[in-house]
Amino acid sequence: MDVSKIMDFVAGDTQADRVVPPTGYTASLTLFSAAAMAFLAVFAVALSMATGRLADRWGSELAQSSTIRISAPDGQVQAQTEAALRVLGTTSGVASARALDEAEQRALLEPWFGPDLPVETLPIPQLIEVIEEGAGFDAEGLRLRLAAEVPGAVLDDHTRWRRPLVDAASRLRTLGLVSLLLIAGTTAAMITLAANSALAANTQVITVLRLVGARDSYIARAFVRRFTLRALLGAAAGVFLGGLAVFFLPAAQEEGGFLTGLGFQGWQWLWLIVIPPLAAAVSFAATRAAARKTLKDLS
Amino acid sequence: MIVAQLCLVGHVGTNETGAQTLIELDNVAYSYGGGELLSDISLKLQPGSFHFLTGPSGSGKTTLLKLCYGALFPTGGQVSLFGQDVHAMERDDIAMARRRIGVVHQDCQFLDHMNVSDNIALPLVVSGRDLLSQSANLSELMTWVGLKSRANALPPELSGGERQRAALARAVIMSPDAILADEPTGNVDWEMSQRLLRLLIELNRMGKTIMVATHDLALIRAAKTHVQARVLRISNQRLQLAGADL
Repeated sequence: MDVSKIMDFVAGDTQADRVVPPTGYTASLTLFSAAAMAFLAVFAVALSMATGRLADRWGSELAQSSTIRISAPDGQVQAQTEAALRVLGTTSGVASARALDEAEQRALLEPWFGPDLPVETLPIPQLIEVIEEGAGFDAEGLRLRLAAEVPGAVLDDHTRWRRPLVDAASRLRTLGLVSLLLIAGTTAAMITLAANSALAANTQVITVLRLVGARDSYIARAFVRRFTLRALLGAAAGVFLGGLAVFFLPAAQEEGGFLTGLGFQGWQWLWLIVIPPLAAAVSFAATRAAARKTLKDLS
Repeated sequence: MIVAQLCLVGHVGTNETGAQTLIELDNVAYSYGGGELLSDISLKLQPGSFHFLTGPSGSGKTTLLKLCYGALFPTGGQVSLFGQDVHAMERDDIAMARRRIGVVHQDCQFLDHMNVSDNIALPLVVSGRDLLSQSANLSELMTWVGLKSRANALPPELSGGERQRAALARAVIMSPDAILADEPTGNVDWEMSQRLLRLLIELNRMGKTIMVATHDLALIRAAKTHVQARVLRISNQRLQLAGADL
């Protein structure tokens, strides 16, 4: 369908529009249903986006880095750190490795212990950040070498705790997408029911129109246009309200940064614009199918 | 006046073959689940002819008319509208044929939310004609059927006779080739039935093919003094040409 046809469809034919009597209350039900479904769709999209971001972030940012923790008696920390860095320097798959300085370690602990903690007085382990390259390193092999040369080192390659979280996030994203499909299907079902009842209520109108030589497409259009516009308007209202609700969600704190905010970010807001036309398209197809089926049974 | 009016509206489809048979039934049978209602029906409606269709109630007059405008398909034999076999016609083809066949029912139905004038203009609307250019014709037609003063009334406010005349006006506004009327005088008094009959006769004089189903023999007798009409009678499922003994 090209754009001019869509414009014609939206503009409508006032004469043709009048042949179907106006219906106050089913019209508002359709509007309400479309609005409610669009409202829910906003949250399903938000959920998919947020979990998608989560999965991506943990999947890419963290996948390339690991941590080595060195717990050793006071005097040996420095020596063991250097030994570990040496081992890492000769390990294939390691792009770079560096020991975190005191300020960085304090920043990491700050969310948990507050800013005034005298870190230097605590026996906290030294952390080494390892950045991987290519396919990464062989974690088991590195662990064995570290055990031999740096007894106080523990390799934490993140995958152990990261993978289930990434899996969960991906699963949530899938659920969000399934919810969107269900919402679209439910919208189609509701519009079909509404259209069928409108068609049934207007049997006389349809009979008269057929008698005076109206084509099926003409009759169907009068109904299809109404339901499509109602779904479009309803969905626009629902998206507006849902969007407001998401916009005013409390933002995720920096400290809870690993739980990304449930809102939209930047261009993702544009997805909301897609919902009303999609609802209209679903409604268009549903009403057209219902009208064609009804008309086929009339002479 | 009427001639001018109806000619201005013009034809939907041109009648290419000139004196082509408009509606032809060839050995048609029709059965409703239970048994045969009509059988061996053969009929040709030529341009300009005037037919009455009579027979007892339930004999199948309405069914026969419905076969003639594609509302029912024959269960046996062949029905052709404007030379096309109805079985081979798409639903859109049937719609196009209906623009050339005006139909008046005994219990005529309208769009009850639109006024009489809009209802009469409905065939123009659904066929995409420009209503503005037809407004003079519409108004003349309303005068012709005597509904000028009722133009803004809603169909449920009309009397039986007014409904019939409105239905007739709606049936002829497209200047159809044929007009099929099913008991058009069934719900109206004698005077009104005479008025409707005169309108039908006038249409016939302008060359329209008319078929009127009625069980009112007095109406047929009254018509015969003005127009050369053939009387067909359905009896024992079959169609017979009734004699002059009416």
